[in-house]
Amino acid sequence: MSVIYLLITVSIFIAICFFIAFIVAVKSGQYDDDYTPSVRMLFDDETKITAPNINSSTEEKQV
Amino acid sequence: MSEQSCFHCGLTILKNEEIDFDEKKFCCQGCKTVYEIFSLHDLTCYYDFEKSPGATPQDIQGKYDFLDSEAILSKVLEFQEGNTAIVSLNIPHIHCSSCIWILENLNRIQSGISSSQVNFPEKKVRITFDSDQVSLKSIVYMLSSIGYEPYISLENYETGQKNVDRTLTYKLGMAFFCFGNIMLLSFPEYFEIKEFWLDNYKPFFRGLIFILSLPSLLYSASDYYVSAYKSIKSKMLNIDIPIALGIIVMFVRSTFDVVMNYGSGFFDSLTGLIFFMLLGKMFQIKTYSFLSFERDFKSYFPIAVTRINLDASEESVPIYDVEKGNRLLIRNQELIPVDGILISEKAEIDYSFVTGEAVSIEKKSGDKVFAGGKQIGKVIEMEVLFSVSQSYLTQLWSNEIFQKKVLQKHKTITDAISRYFTPILLLIAFAGFGYWIFFDANIAFNVFTAVLIVACPCALALTAPFTFGNILRILGKQKLYLKNALVIEQLAKVDTIVFDKTGTITTIKKSDITYEGVSFSDENLIVLKNVLRASNHPLSRMLYDFLPETKKLKIDDFEEITGKGIVASVENETIQIGSASFVGAPILYESQIEKTALHIKIGGIYCGKYTFKNQYRDGLEKLFFALSEKYQIKVLSGDNDGERANLEAVLPKNTELIFNQKPEQKLEFIRQLQEKGQNVMMVGDGLNDAGALAQSNVGISISENVNVFSPACDAILDASEFSRLDYFLQLSQDSIKIIKMSFVLSLLYNVIGLSFAITGNLLPLVAAIIMPLSTITIVSFVTLMSNFYASRK
Repeated sequence: MSVIYLLITVSIFIAICFFIAFIVAVKSGQYDDDYTPSVRMLFDDETKITAPNINSSTEEKQV
Repeated sequence: MSEQSCFHCGLTILKNEEIDFDEKKFCCQGCKTVYEIFSLHDLTCYYDFEKSPGATPQDIQGKYDFLDSEAILSKVLEFQEGNTAIVSLNIPHIHCSSCIWILENLNRIQSGISSSQVNFPEKKVRITFDSDQVSLKSIVYMLSSIGYEPYISLENYETGQKNVDRTLTYKLGMAFFCFGNIMLLSFPEYFEIKEFWLDNYKPFFRGLIFILSLPSLLYSASDYYVSAYKSIKSKMLNIDIPIALGIIVMFVRSTFDVVMNYGSGFFDSLTGLIFFMLLGKMFQIKTYSFLSFERDFKSYFPIAVTRINLDASEESVPIYDVEKGNRLLIRNQELIPVDGILISEKAEIDYSFVTGEAVSIEKKSGDKVFAGGKQIGKVIEMEVLFSVSQSYLTQLWSNEIFQKKVLQKHKTITDAISRYFTPILLLIAFAGFGYWIFFDANIAFNVFTAVLIVACPCALALTAPFTFGNILRILGKQKLYLKNALVIEQLAKVDTIVFDKTGTITTIKKSDITYEGVSFSDENLIVLKNVLRASNHPLSRMLYDFLPETKKLKIDDFEEITGKGIVASVENETIQIGSASFVGAPILYESQIEKTALHIKIGGIYCGKYTFKNQYRDGLEKLFFALSEKYQIKVLSGDNDGERANLEAVLPKNTELIFNQKPEQKLEFIRQLQEKGQNVMMVGDGLNDAGALAQSNVGISISENVNVFSPACDAILDASEFSRLDYFLQLSQDSIKIIKMSFVLSLLYNVIGLSFAITGNLLPLVAAIIMPLSTITIVSFVTLMSNFYASRK
């Protein structure tokens, strides 16, 4: 049953890792602009030849 | 007439100006050029994301010459090392996904740009480029040529990396981390099962919980200790005192319990409390990153201006370097940055930035011109009288009201309640302690701490943030953008409303046009309309829009004399449009009061005049009558009292009208009202209201387009929602009502909790149930109620 020491230590350690990841993400400014990336991910490397049609899939958003 | 819209910008195409290119139709040469640029670089996908996303490029010849100057360049650039440079440009036109796409593909149009990234909510693009290959000036020109002209103002002069304060996010993250883990670890204790293994590991769990609570206690909750300390020092009992006290007592008692092995302590409630309160703080903050409430003249003024040196050479200088006696060159559409004397023969100056008045003013050589005006028409020369900081308009900002950063102008409703709450709470705690001390010192200690723990005004402290946060969002959706939640409380207290006239209760868009004189024949009307079409003067544009649609005629001869009028000939008939003196109007038609009018003379015969009257905003009368029941209403105007009769007819009887007010006088007027103990709301628009907006308890700036600039204020209201001002005021009062109701509810929880505490029965489990339960009911209560009040018209 003393394995519980190990399990809890590991779980807390993982939690701390996630927490650090969160802090790093906030610090890098990822949450400062929450709209542009959502549009940007819909663009491919468009050129005239391979133009896909994303007609008005994204509507103008009043922020 | 068939409605055809431009492939690039979406404007209706005038039939005889239509340009066909590549099987697409364009409204003007500019739009066609942009399309050409895009198709040349395989970027026509631009038109796939949105229909007609573009803007017509403006003529900007010479406007950005100042970007050649090294000194200015280094101020504008965000970063420069070696040949790598980064610049953040504000582009007002950014409005759709096509904009994002094209701006992030700039490197295909212009070599030397390595990458560009758009921040959509802030309407900014951050461009990294090679300064050896391409200059900032050519990037700006390139952007302008595709219709994305950046807005560079004096504000950019002091850029540099802005420090974003993210402390609250960190604290909230930390509090959540501690809260979540402690909840998990205290789970076994909730069931109080006498089980061998659980008992065995109790010290380990409790020790871990103790350690986990430390970051939350020491870091996340630190603001409360600071605030409580400050409030004790200034002898103002605010809500943070019982909170800080509750947190500390909770921690001491829990540590004591754990060390003495009395129980598991209240660490779960403690960290939960901190987390929920920080969440409330976070919820209260709603920022509109595309708006700025702190603008002063710097956001309007150009960064540099063209100076004419003694040897007649022209040079771009930063406007802070402009000195008395300098000669400046002001081009079409450029802002006059300082007060001075006009040297050129004539100038047409548009003061709409300053006054909200759309009609431009004519100046002659030797006249004084004031900072903030915009030159329309030809290039002018002027001599500087005062430097930037001493100019008439900018001096306003040296007023002390702009110097001190008023953090809190008033006491919040929560603080008002806690003035009674805190002493009563301490009284109960000591009374309980005093009673039990005769029976059992141990119980007495328990009761004392339990009272402080359970009465920790978590729900009380959450009420206001959640109510205001929710109202803030509701108002934002209805296009009233508040600077922060405190403004709602201020709004509710308002008893006097001061309106600016020009641009606030009148609209600059529409004008009421009436005609006096001989009526026109149909041919004459057609001639008139066609002549007006060629003119760019704002009055001509207004009259052009007012006249009925006609067929197009060819104009043989056309001359616009700045500040006077137009002479043109159509089919051998001379037509003159302009001021009374220019046209030579008979005395009969000379206006009695100063009114804006266009006089018409066709074929040498005087016909009559079109008079432009200020058009009041829709719903103005209704709004004023609704408001006059509850509030004192005053109207301030910078203009002369030519409009007095008209205004008095529209407005309720008891409305005070004051004319000829300078910006400082407006500020002083508000101050005097406040000294009489009134809570003043100022509603204004132009820069000339900036002082009054800052001085008032609540300054609301009316904006025709919220994306363009408005002076520093507490709230920005979209002009289309102006007539609903009474509803917004009502809603803010309702929100105070909601808070009071919810205070009663949360006090009820306190009474229940106290009844447990005072009898010495407060178990950690009970505390762990009451705390989240009260929080959830309070939060859902205020959210429901505020939505209910908001939905009532």
